Amino acid sequence: MTVSRRKFFINLGKSAGYLALIASLPQIAWAKWNKKAFAATNLDVAIKEKFGTLAIVDSNEVKLKAPAIAENGAVVPIKVKTDLANVKSISLLVKDNPYPLVTTLHIGPGSLADIQIRIRMGKTSEVIALVEADGKLHRAKQLVKVTIGGCGG
Amino acid sequence: MSIKVKVKAKEKDGIVKAKMLIKHPMESGLRKNKEGILIPVHHLKEVKAEYQGVVIFQAEIGVGVAKDPFMAFSFKGTKGELFSVSALDSKGETGITETVIK
Repeated sequence: MTVSRRKFFINLGKSAGYLALIASLPQIAWAKWNKKAFAATNLDVAIKEKFGTLAIVDSNEVKLKAPAIAENGAVVPIKVKTDLANVKSISLLVKDNPYPLVTTLHIGPGSLADIQIRIRMGKTSEVIALVEADGKLHRAKQLVKVTIGGCGG
Repeated sequence: MSIKVKVKAKEKDGIVKAKMLIKHPMESGLRKNKEGILIPVHHLKEVKAEYQGVVIFQAEIGVGVAKDPFMAFSFKGTKGELFSVSALDSKGETGITETVIK
């Protein structure tokens, strides 16, 4: 069978299209991980990489629950709860960790802004919760004392 | 090797509390082995929960999350319905668990 030049190019275009589609599929599903923000070693840089220039306000409505003294920095249980409306995400940062950004939890439709997670702390530091709602970052912080670090060693 | 994801979802008064426990070493890339050589980074990147075809919770995770991460969140849901949680790590390994809301 002979393939005309025109058909050859049409087919080439089609298969390239399929390939692009296949290649893009998993990326659509898992595209959110922000490498720059997670690799930042400075608190302010991490916040900037993650949220750009969103305004930060201290808020009493963000309830951050963390232990006052964490005996083991490898496992520090944290709870964040808020009654704010339109919560998009909740981020946790540890000021003095090698990489301050710990996690960002996106709150989808039907979910409540009431989360729990266990984090790691290298040493005694401030734990900061940033709640993204209505185009603003609502902040709550607490000092957690760590007796044994959990990041390196 | 796929990631092991354990999920428990319990409904009370229209609110489902979902608890997730994921088995993962969460190597930070800062730890050294006995010979003093750095252990390469290997951590979870993302955990996603789906209910009725909608992503209701999505966690971006860095190395600051504890080993074998535990997470919990709540959402509006019904008893007996399916709820799934999937995970992805920095080596591209994935894991998924489907559970029925109790």
